[in-house]
Amino acid sequence: MAKLSREASHEVRFRLNGRNVTAQAPARMLLTDLLRHVLGETGTHVGCEHGVCGACTVQLDGEPVRACLMLAAQAEGADIRTVEGLELAPGALSPLQAAFREHFALQCGFCTAGILMSLDALLERAPDASEETIREHLSGHLCRCTGYTPIVKAALAAQAQLKEEAANA
Amino acid sequence: MKPAPFDFVRADSLGEALEALHEAGDEARVIAGGQSLVPMLNMRLARPSVLVDVMRIRELCRIEERKGQIVVGAAVKQVELERWSPLAALLPLVASALPWVGHAQTRSRGTVCGSLAHADPSAELPLALLALGGEVHLRNRRKKRVLPASAFFMGMMATAVEPGEMIEAVAFPSHPMGTGTAFNEVARRHGDFAIVACAAIARADGTNRLAVGGVADTPQAIELPDPADDGFEDALNEFAWSLGARDDLHASARYRRDLVRSLGRQTVEEAIAWRS
Ligand code: FES
Ligand code: FES
Repeated sequence: MAKLSREASHEVRFRLNGRNVTAQAPARMLLTDLLRHVLGETGTHVGCEHGVCGACTVQLDGEPVRACLMLAAQAEGADIRTVEGLELAPGALSPLQAAFREHFALQCGFCTAGILMSLDALLERAPDASEETIREHLSGHLCRCTGYTPIVKAALAAQAQLKEEAANA
Repeated sequence: MKPAPFDFVRADSLGEALEALHEAGDEARVIAGGQSLVPMLNMRLARPSVLVDVMRIRELCRIEERKGQIVVGAAVKQVELERWSPLAALLPLVASALPWVGHAQTRSRGTVCGSLAHADPSAELPLALLALGGEVHLRNRRKKRVLPASAFFMGMMATAVEPGEMIEAVAFPSHPMGTGTAFNEVARRHGDFAIVACAAIARADGTNRLAVGGVADTPQAIELPDPADDGFEDALNEFAWSLGARDDLHASARYRRDLVRSLGRQTVEEAIAWRS
């Protein structure tokens, strides 16, 4: 049993985009704030801070989760992936990211990191996900710019490419 | 929009969690997936001084078949139940209700028992539990007790859980042969709070049970005859009025009553069609 008192900061250790990370966080700190303010990984955005907008979505052990609805202390031992971990190599966008650019699936980009993490997890787990399933997953995100249609197009294009790559591999 | 300070206890066993809950009394809250509690903490609608994290307690991570019941531990995530392969055969009503619970991005972390503990009047899992006549297993450091859903939900976001106590598991009665079930919901967008949600069970003997969420402070259920029977329409109408629907931002009381009648009938008819 670990007891983290409210007065002090406590060590939390987890994997972040394939690296081992150790950071100090007060017991009440949210994972979003740990990522952004303590670790300086500002790719993960914060919109509503109560689970509604999806901007803060990251992958926790491969599943998309709201980082604003998680305490930093709950991440102890977890494997976390953020938008910073998506690129294939420095400067080389993943097929999903490239499709977003190609299909104008972002304008201001505020929602984008969260949506990428959701769709990346979905396409990994269900490579044949239907358009309906993709739309259902998008229902967990708010985008005030694009009207969602280009996002769906980008997701389908990325899916087609990923499948082709898998077939040729 | 940040939680007020609290001490955080990461329990590795049920005994540790119960001891911590006992010590802190009504100052403590259990945190599991946090998908209902953390928004309340962030908005400071809840200000517990101690949080007891139960997600690492192994014995709470299990889904088990036990004497005609499916027992789901307090640390089982909604997505885990959703992907549990016997679910559609053993608990078809829960299988059809789960996709309506929040979003994929919250089901990945939110627990089944956590949704029951939060007891939002429009939540799908409390509705399914009441429809099926399931039970909640509660425990404090000295004793266990088992409450039927009807006694567990006491009001809007109010349950029978006492200080020092926690939900250990929830038990859904498994699907009897010859029974049909159906689940429907009307919401503004997928994943939004239900304006009205209906769960129906059509039994082999021709009797039906309809449970409705989103209208009264807690989910409510009624026994109904066959939709072709004379009494069906009146009984459903009376039920719709008895729920005490209110006007709010999302829908008028009248619209809600209308939905209880139309969606209620539709859901019972669908359940009958699934009877086999
Ligand atoms: S910031 Fe987390 S869901 Fe909006
Ligand atoms: S691109 Fe601006 S909110 Fe989605």
